[in-house]
Amino acid sequence: MLGRSANGIFWLFRYLERAENISRLIEAGFRMALTRDASDASDEWRSLIVTLGLRQAFEARHGTEYTGPHVFNFILRDRDNPGSILAITEEARTNARMVRGGITREVWESVNDGWMQLKEALARPVTETRLGAVLDLVRRQSTQVRGAMEGTMLRNEIYNFARLGSFIERADNTARILDVKYYVLLPSVSYVGSSLDNVQWENVLRSVAGERAYRWLNAGRMDPRGIAEFLILDGRFPRSLAFCYSKLRSNLASLAREYGGEMHCHEILRDADCQFHHATIEAIFEQGLHEFIGTFIRNNTALALQIQRDYRFID
Amino acid sequence: MTKTSPSSYDEMLHADGSVRSAYAGYCQWHDEQPPDLLRRKGSEAEAFFRRTGITFNVYGNEDAEERLIPFDMVPRIITAQQWRKLQRGIEQRVRALNAFLHDLYHRQEIVRSGRLPARLLKNNEAFLPEMVGFTPPGGVYTHIVGIDLVRTGEDDFMVLEDNARTPSGVSYMLENRETMMAMFPELFTRVRVREVSDYPRRLARSLAACAPAAFNGKKPVVAVLTPGIYNSAYFEHAFLADQMGAELVEGSDLRVENGRIAMRTTRGYQPIDVLYRRVDDEYLDPLTFNPNSVLGVSGIMDVYRGGGITIANAPGTGIADDKAIYSFMPEIVEFYTGEKPILPNVPTWRCAEPDALAYVLDNLADLVVKEVHGSGGYGMLIGPTSSKRELAAFEAKLRAKPENYIAQPTLSLSTVPILTKAGLAPRHVDLRPFVLVSPNGIDITPGGLTRVALKKGSLVVNSSQGGGTKDSWVLDD
Repeated sequence: MLGRSANGIFWLFRYLERAENISRLIEAGFRMALTRDASDASDEWRSLIVTLGLRQAFEARHGTEYTGPHVFNFILRDRDNPGSILAITEEARTNARMVRGGITREVWESVNDGWMQLKEALARPVTETRLGAVLDLVRRQSTQVRGAMEGTMLRNEIYNFARLGSFIERADNTARILDVKYYVLLPSVSYVGSSLDNVQWENVLRSVAGERAYRWLNAGRMDPRGIAEFLILDGRFPRSLAFCYSKLRSNLASLAREYGGEMHCHEILRDADCQFHHATIEAIFEQGLHEFIGTFIRNNTALALQIQRDYRFID
Repeated sequence: MTKTSPSSYDEMLHADGSVRSAYAGYCQWHDEQPPDLLRRKGSEAEAFFRRTGITFNVYGNEDAEERLIPFDMVPRIITAQQWRKLQRGIEQRVRALNAFLHDLYHRQEIVRSGRLPARLLKNNEAFLPEMVGFTPPGGVYTHIVGIDLVRTGEDDFMVLEDNARTPSGVSYMLENRETMMAMFPELFTRVRVREVSDYPRRLARSLAACAPAAFNGKKPVVAVLTPGIYNSAYFEHAFLADQMGAELVEGSDLRVENGRIAMRTTRGYQPIDVLYRRVDDEYLDPLTFNPNSVLGVSGIMDVYRGGGITIANAPGTGIADDKAIYSFMPEIVEFYTGEKPILPNVPTWRCAEPDALAYVLDNLADLVVKEVHGSGGYGMLIGPTSSKRELAAFEAKLRAKPENYIAQPTLSLSTVPILTKAGLAPRHVDLRPFVLVSPNGIDITPGGLTRVALKKGSLVVNSSQGGGTKDSWVLDD
């Protein structure tokens, strides 16, 4: 396949994954804001903007006043925000158009249909009343594309590049949420056991759609180590770092089989993978959660770049 | 069921309102349908086209970046007998076009014999000196041709235009049929219509039969070259590549390697044997043509002349569909085939000739005047529907550069009904059959693309100017 097409597929799935994750973040933030008084709610919205790396752009547009509608409209549809959900969904669709021949009709139609619906839903400012429905739409598109892909695409290199895009992005997103919220998870003497902590912790889980799974696995016990362990090391949870890396591993292995050999990116993956083998959450906390995540994000970015180089995504 | 416009030939109805035999089966089915069904299906079809992304882009129109070409659900029907004659005429014409191109780029016998004035080639940008003395692989110049036909009577089909560069529209021919079959399957069990769906396979086979000298594999590698997703026909490029199982490449994917054109794949650079390019000559090679082009490949012309790749259509075929050359097509057909043309031209005045110019100026209000190098319906004058001021402005242009124009009578194009809010109503149509040329012969897909002017009385069928399309049927014997 063409290097440019591999790039298109890779980014199509990165963008779809990113849109989905951002919508979960907004949803968690919205829920938090609803349960807090005005100044705490504003903190919550600010933290959302910070998580997405949009602080400068947002403040250039709205100043330091973080109201819900300003924040979620900025993230969803603002023209001044090149990473808005609308913009990246459009990017996803542009990529899908570019690689139209590499995806099935069902996959293309789910992408195109989702984009048309979202464009209409985001044609005017979103109110708090409409927010839930809009976020739902974003997630549903992602789910639909994934389903179409699962059900109709050949398991070949195209599929592998798509999955690599999805899991590179998902790992990055989960890590960034952890990075911004790590202080919430650091056991702190004064807060341990307080109800505020519990809500904050649950919110971290909620932003990666993990609150129910976690509760089910841990019989409702909320503690920061447990949550960090769940999001980093639990290979059963599909948004954990360990899960994403097991998928990256299997897809890169398929590529190596199909191409008759390993590339440099396979080495990088092996190095990055070591961090999950024999790792315990205790060791991670000892090393420092923040440092651990920082290293993880850098390695993940390096892996993505190497995949793009090895498979000639760009000249 | 509908009224015909008194001055034009209606393909469905006789002047007395009875149904012509070609439409007998269809009309019977049509009359049995609940009145609202077809209209409802119309909006279904539109939603379907949008979802599947069958759109075309309009240059310079930001709001409507992707527009649908309206699809009308009443088919355009041609009998087997009519088609046989068309087929013979088209084949003859396409054969002549290829012989003509070969001659123009070699000995120019037709100019030496005095049948074609040499001035038509001088200073004509469509004539490429780079092609002189070179014979494309398999001797084929126009791998894909679209012949635009108009009809004025029962047996009166005429060629309005030859499209010998990169004719587009074939994806609409295919998707229109898919749509009709999906919406009205039972109709196709009642009326036997000849298949069009194997066009992409025939195209792939036809292109593969023209492999270049350097080809040494088992199966020629075919790729479609597109200017990219913002091109108006991008959907079609992607569609054809997909249907042929060929790669859809852009200029930035390609480079010259060991005397071949190679594409950047995830496994490294891989040579291409046949390039079905949907990029104009001008942009094909910045080293040879427009130096600012980013759509082509630097050095492809050298590779081409060295036998490293087949370019379809060959560069320089535009000279054959130049409107000034068009007026000589009857002579050209006769010169190369030794036969009288089966399909006539539309009568054409060459404004470069003083007598013709005088006639055109005297009768401007009754004529259609076209720019010799124009396309897409832009820059033309339709005398009968133009204001005095428009006529005067055009007259000035004509006097200033008469050699830039040809004129034709306003034809009374045939009509086929379309579905309107008020029921069926006749609209003017044309027909573009698609023709494949390879060393194995000339292959014409039965039917083609029917374009229809949706505005009442309008004669302009171009999609960029409010035209629509119809499914085109050739009945099976």
